[in-house]
Amino acid sequence: MLPFLIKRLVSLCLSLVAASLVIFFVIEVVPGDPASFMLGMNAEPDTVAALRDSLGLNASIPLRYWQWVSGLLQGEFGTSYTYKVPVRELIADRIWVSLPLAALALLLSTLIAFPVGVIAAARRNSPTDVSIMGVTQLGIAVPNFWFAMLLVMFFAITLRWFSAGGFPGWDAGLFAGLKALTLPAVALALPQASILARVMRSSLLDTLGEDFVRTARAKGLSQRQALWRHALRNALIPVLTIIGLQFSFLLAGAIIIENVFFLPGLGRLVFQGITQRDLIVVKSVIFLLVFAVILVTFIVDMTYAIVDPRLRRARA
Amino acid sequence: MALLEIDKLSLSIRDIPILRDVNLSVEAGQVLGVVGESGSGKSITAMAIMQLLPVGAQWTGSVRLDGRGLEDCSEKDMCGLRGNDIGMVFQEPMTALNPVQTIGEQVAETILVHTGKSRREALQLARQALNRVDLPEEQFPLDRYPHDLSGGQRQRVVIAMAIALRPKLLIADEPTTALDVTTQAQILKLLKGLVEQDGMGLILITHDLAVVAEMADHIAIMKDGEVVEAGETLDLFRRMEHPYTKALFKASSHIPVRNAAHVAERGQSVLEVSKVVRDYPLPRRSLFKAPGHFRAVDHVTLSINRGENVGLVGESGCGKSTLTRAILALDSVQGGEIRLDGSLFSTRGSGPDRDMRRHVQVVFQDPYSSFNPRHRVGRLISEPFFLLDNPPVGEERQRRIDTALENVGLEAADAQKYIHEFSGGQRQRIAIARALIIEPSLIVLDEAVSALDVSIRAQILDLLAELSDRLAISYLFISHDLSVVRAITDRVLVMKSGQIVEEGPTEEVFLNPRHSYTRELLAATPILDEALKAREARAQTG
Repeated sequence: MLPFLIKRLVSLCLSLVAASLVIFFVIEVVPGDPASFMLGMNAEPDTVAALRDSLGLNASIPLRYWQWVSGLLQGEFGTSYTYKVPVRELIADRIWVSLPLAALALLLSTLIAFPVGVIAAARRNSPTDVSIMGVTQLGIAVPNFWFAMLLVMFFAITLRWFSAGGFPGWDAGLFAGLKALTLPAVALALPQASILARVMRSSLLDTLGEDFVRTARAKGLSQRQALWRHALRNALIPVLTIIGLQFSFLLAGAIIIENVFFLPGLGRLVFQGITQRDLIVVKSVIFLLVFAVILVTFIVDMTYAIVDPRLRRARA
Repeated sequence: MALLEIDKLSLSIRDIPILRDVNLSVEAGQVLGVVGESGSGKSITAMAIMQLLPVGAQWTGSVRLDGRGLEDCSEKDMCGLRGNDIGMVFQEPMTALNPVQTIGEQVAETILVHTGKSRREALQLARQALNRVDLPEEQFPLDRYPHDLSGGQRQRVVIAMAIALRPKLLIADEPTTALDVTTQAQILKLLKGLVEQDGMGLILITHDLAVVAEMADHIAIMKDGEVVEAGETLDLFRRMEHPYTKALFKASSHIPVRNAAHVAERGQSVLEVSKVVRDYPLPRRSLFKAPGHFRAVDHVTLSINRGENVGLVGESGCGKSTLTRAILALDSVQGGEIRLDGSLFSTRGSGPDRDMRRHVQVVFQDPYSSFNPRHRVGRLISEPFFLLDNPPVGEERQRRIDTALENVGLEAADAQKYIHEFSGGQRQRIAIARALIIEPSLIVLDEAVSALDVSIRAQILDLLAELSDRLAISYLFISHDLSVVRAITDRVLVMKSGQIVEEGPTEEVFLNPRHSYTRELLAATPILDEALKAREARAQTG
C-alpha cells in the first residue's frame, strides 16, 4: 500500500506543476493588458507604463512565473487588479460557499443514487426498475438551471419555505447557511444523481452476472445477501470514477447555479474576473479548482485501492 | 434409497423445452459421471438440482435429496440446503471467487451462513477445509486474495468452500476443463479422496469420456436434453447400446487417416526457428534500476518440413503461446531468428516483411470471437488477400473464395452469409478457409480444436489431415490435449519453462518418453482405453 501511496503522491505533485505551467502561459498569451483596462481607454501611455511597472508586469516571464508559484506556496495569491484587495481574501470569502455547496450536492447525489441504483438492479425489469430508469432519464435531460428555477418557483415563491437566492453568510448560523444552500444543492445534485444511479445499476447488473455471485448463491446465500456481500463492493469501481468526475464538475461547473441563486461563490468570482481582465484572480481561482480536481482524483485512486486489493499490488 | 433421485425431470425456459424426462440417481459415496456435448443439458440439470435456474425456467417431475422433494422447498429452504447439503464446484476457477475478499473470508462464509458459529470458529473451520484440499497454512494463509493463486489453487479454494460443511452431495460441473492435465489429475484425485472420506455423492459433469471412465461408478450419457443411456461404468462401455454412445466413444478416440507418403517435396524445410529468445519486461521496481525481464521463450530451436505436422505441447505458462506469437511475427524477438521457406522472416530488431507474412497463417481457439460479425463470410475469408501485391479481383477472387470454402467442406453460397448463421464447427472450418485462401506454407493451429465438442473435433481433425496430405501444407499444432496431438501430428515438441525439453516422432515420444516432464504429462492425461482396462482389471480382482 505504501509504495502505491507514494507513487500517487509523486504523480499528484507533477500534475500540479504541469497545471500551473499551463495556466500561467495560457493567461500570459490571452490578449488584453490589465493595466490599460484598469486605467480606461483615455489613459496616457506613461501612466499605463507606470502601472504596468507597479503591477510587476514588466519583469521577465520566468521570474513572474516563479513569483506567482512561490506566492502560491506561501498562500499569497497576489492583489486583485480591480478589487485592490488580496486575492486570498476574495477566495477565502467565496470558497466557503462553493465548497459546502459542492460537498452538499455530492452527498445528496450519492445518497439518492446508491439506493435507487441498487433497488433498480435488484428488481431488474420490474415496474419499479422501469419507472426509476424513466425518472433518471428525465433527470439527465432537464437542464439544471431550469430545474433550479422550478425549485425557486415552487419552494420559494409558492410555499415560501426557502428564500429565492442570496447567502446570509455563515455568521448567520449553520442552519441559515445550510438552508440557503439547500435549493442550489438539490438543483445541482439531481442530474448528477440520475447519472450516478444509472451507472450504479448497470455496474451492479454486470457484477451480478459474474461467476463469483453464482458461487455465493451455491454457498447458500440468498439473492439479497449475494448482492450486498459480493456484488456491491465489486460494482463500486466504476461508480467511484463517476463520483470523482462529478465532484470536479460540481465545484467548477456551478457557475450557472451560483448565478441563478445569487450565491457569492468561486464560479461568480472567476466569471467576474474574466470580464474585468482581473487576470491575477482568474489565474489563482483556476489553479485552485485544478488543485481540487487533482486532489479528488488522488482520493478516488486511494479509494480504488481500498476497495480492490488487486490494485494495491498491481500499481505498487 | 438413493441419496439423490431425479425422476422425470422436464424443464423449459420461456416455453422452449430444454430437458425431457431426465432420470438420474446418485448413491452416497459414489460418483455419477454425466457426459454430453455442449447443449446436451448437463449443466442445466445441475442447476435444477441447486434450484438456481435462469429467469423463466419451469420444471416438472421430482428431484429428491435424501428423501426430501425439492419441488416442495421454498427459496428459503433451498438457501439452507445449498452449501450445507449440496456443494457445487464450477468450471472456471479464475472467475469463481470474489476478487475483493480473502480466501479465508470466502470459505468461512459458507460456515457463517449455515451455522450459528462465531467468526473465529468459522475461520478455524475454514482453515481445516483449506488444509483438506491441500492448501497448507504456511503457503496459503487465510488472508490471501484469489489473485495470488493459480487456477488449480483457486479451484481448490472453490472445492474447500463446497465441502466445508461436509455436504451429502457435491456437484462438479466441468471442474477441470480449464486446467492443465497435471493439475486436472490432482484435482480429480482430490475429489475422489473427498468422496471416499466423507461418503459424499459426487455428480461429475464433463465432456471427457476418459475422465469419467477413470472416476465414475455410474455414467449417464446426455444428448439434447435427454439421458440416452445410463448404467454402471464398465457395463455401459461394454454394451454401448445407444448409437450416440458409440459415436461419442468413437469420436473421443478418433485418429484421422493420414496418407502423406506421396508428398513429393517432403524434406524441404518450411519453418526454421533457431535460438529464439523472447523476453517480457517486468514492472519497474525502482526509478533508478532498469526493470528486469522474464524470459518466456529461451533459445528455442525447431524446424518444420513441407507437409509435416508438428505438435507443440506444454502446460499453461510454458511459453507456447509466446513462441507462437513470435513465429507469427506478432511480437518481435530478442534473440535468434525465424526463417520461412529459407528466407529470413523475423529476427532481433527487424520485423517481418509483408511479402513473407503470407506464407504463414493462423487458426485460433475460439471460433465465436475470432470473426468480425458485421462482415459476410466471403469478405472474412478473403481478408488475407491484403497481403498480396496484386490481390485477385472479380471472377478470380470469387473463384478463390469458392475453392477455399469447398476445400473445408462448405458451399460456395456460404460466402454470402454472416458468421452468426454458422455453428461452432462450421466457424472453425471458415477459420481454416481463411488461412488456406492465400496458399500458405505453414498454418499455426493454436488450440484450434480445443473448444469443439468431440464429434465436431473428429470432423475437423479429418479435414486438417486431408488438407495437409492433399495440399502439402505444414501445421504447427499447439494444444494442451495430448490425445489430439497424438492423433494428428508426425512429430511432437514438449515445452517447459520456455524451453523445448523433448522432441521426436510422435509415437516414439508417446511410447517412450525420455524426459521426466513428458512422462509426468503423459501419466496425468486420462486415456479412455487405459482407464477402462484398469477398471476391468480391478473388477476381476475385486
